Amino acid sequence: MHSFLIHQQGDHVGVAVRDVDAGERAVAVFLDDDSTVEIDVAEAVPLGHKVAVADVDPGAPVLKYGLPIGTTPDGFRRGHYVHTHNLRSARW
Amino acid sequence: MVAARNGGGRAHLFGYRRPDGRVGIRNHVLILPVDDISNAAVEGVAALVDGTLALPHAYGRLQYGEDLEVHFRTLIGTGSNPNVAAVVVVGIEEVWTRRVADGIAASGTPVAWHAIERHGDFETIRRAAWSARAFVQDASELRREPVALGELRMSIKCGESDTTTGLASCPATAVAVDRLVDEGGTVLFGETTELTGGEHLIAGRMATPELRERFLGFYRRYVADIEEGDADLLGSQPTEGNIAGGLSTIEEKALGNIEKTGTKPVVGVLDLAEAPDGPGLWFMDSSSAAAEHITLMGAGGAVVHLFPTGQGNVIGNPIVPVIKISGNPVTVETMGEHIDVDVTGLLTRELTLPAAGERVIELLCRTANGRLTAAEVLRHREFSLTRLYRSA
Repeated sequence: MHSFLIHQQGDHVGVAVRDVDAGERAVAVFLDDDSTVEIDVAEAVPLGHKVAVADVDPGAPVLKYGLPIGTTPDGFRRGHYVHTHNLRSARW
Repeated sequence: MVAARNGGGRAHLFGYRRPDGRVGIRNHVLILPVDDISNAAVEGVAALVDGTLALPHAYGRLQYGEDLEVHFRTLIGTGSNPNVAAVVVVGIEEVWTRRVADGIAASGTPVAWHAIERHGDFETIRRAAWSARAFVQDASELRREPVALGELRMSIKCGESDTTTGLASCPATAVAVDRLVDEGGTVLFGETTELTGGEHLIAGRMATPELRERFLGFYRRYVADIEEGDADLLGSQPTEGNIAGGLSTIEEKALGNIEKTGTKPVVGVLDLAEAPDGPGLWFMDSSSAAAEHITLMGAGGAVVHLFPTGQGNVIGNPIVPVIKISGNPVTVETMGEHIDVDVTGLLTRELTLPAAGERVIELLCRTANGRLTAAEVLRHREFSLTRLYRSA
């Protein structure tokens, strides 16, 4: 059973479909091609919240749906929790 | 499950055909105030005459310019909506009251009007009750007749969005949007500022360069209005509910929101409360606040609304049945009385997207045939007028 859904290949984040604990090795499914990937989850991610599925450099755009959903001022590493603390709107 | 389709794959739909040929799925007799100070008389009529629906609201005095035009368009559009069989308009004075009544009468909808000045509430209620009694009795004799899915005008907007709306309820809604457009129907969407981060996607789907410019004009003006006020939307867009649901930025919210608009080209761009004059997918400049949004869409003639929700927005509308679709398992479990279509199986992958879309279409057909939505049963009748600026 998967724990995360990723909209498409190339996205930097996946969405938890259940509450996921820190330390879990969890399965994520890519919705565009049904492929799966395992992620070592470093921080707890509640249902509906995001985990990093790639390392992203400070200041770089963060991709979901294949499109930027903001930037990450300090960057983040694969397996870490991604939310308002490390992802900011580029618009306001 | 109630079968919504026969062996030929066509829905058996039955609706009310109005004098101008448009199709309604409800049969309301409205008691419509022109202004806030007529609410008491309007509620007095509704208390006397069974089968009427009063629509009290907060505005209508000393408005001017474009804000006043939006007020009139919204009231006239609401009274002309095909879900409405007849309207009794009540206002404090004669000129604006007659203006609203004449606007509604142009659609062919039976309408009567009564002004309070020189009569007082008692006499106005007495006269309006006589009008209302006749309209209710006439409406009670109207019968549903066979109609096609493509004759429906539908609106869409999501609310209390979270990441599950972009994954589940909005894509499922998109299946129904594309189907309705393929069948020759009309779909309205809006939420101008909530397209931020994906406005280029909508602009790119405009059928002509002129429509693209008109759309971008509405978008830039809305954002400029906000910035002119020396305010920003951080803290409001995304909302606290959105953030609790896992959405981090307006761009992320917008991309999930846009999922529900499906894949069709946008064939028209409307000002607030304007009605489309042809089929297909239309954009209407509009607030993203649910009550204001659906009120504007109803004024644009929408007879049913699909409402994907993540964290659980409880919105309803007095004349437009609002169908709630959710893919969030916590919302479906804790707020089940508000949810009409459960698509949580998209998250667990026990449900395919085409199957989820069919669930939405099936409930859309049943609602069109008269099944009450959760919001109707729970008496959610939010009627909320959009203001552009303060009164004089």
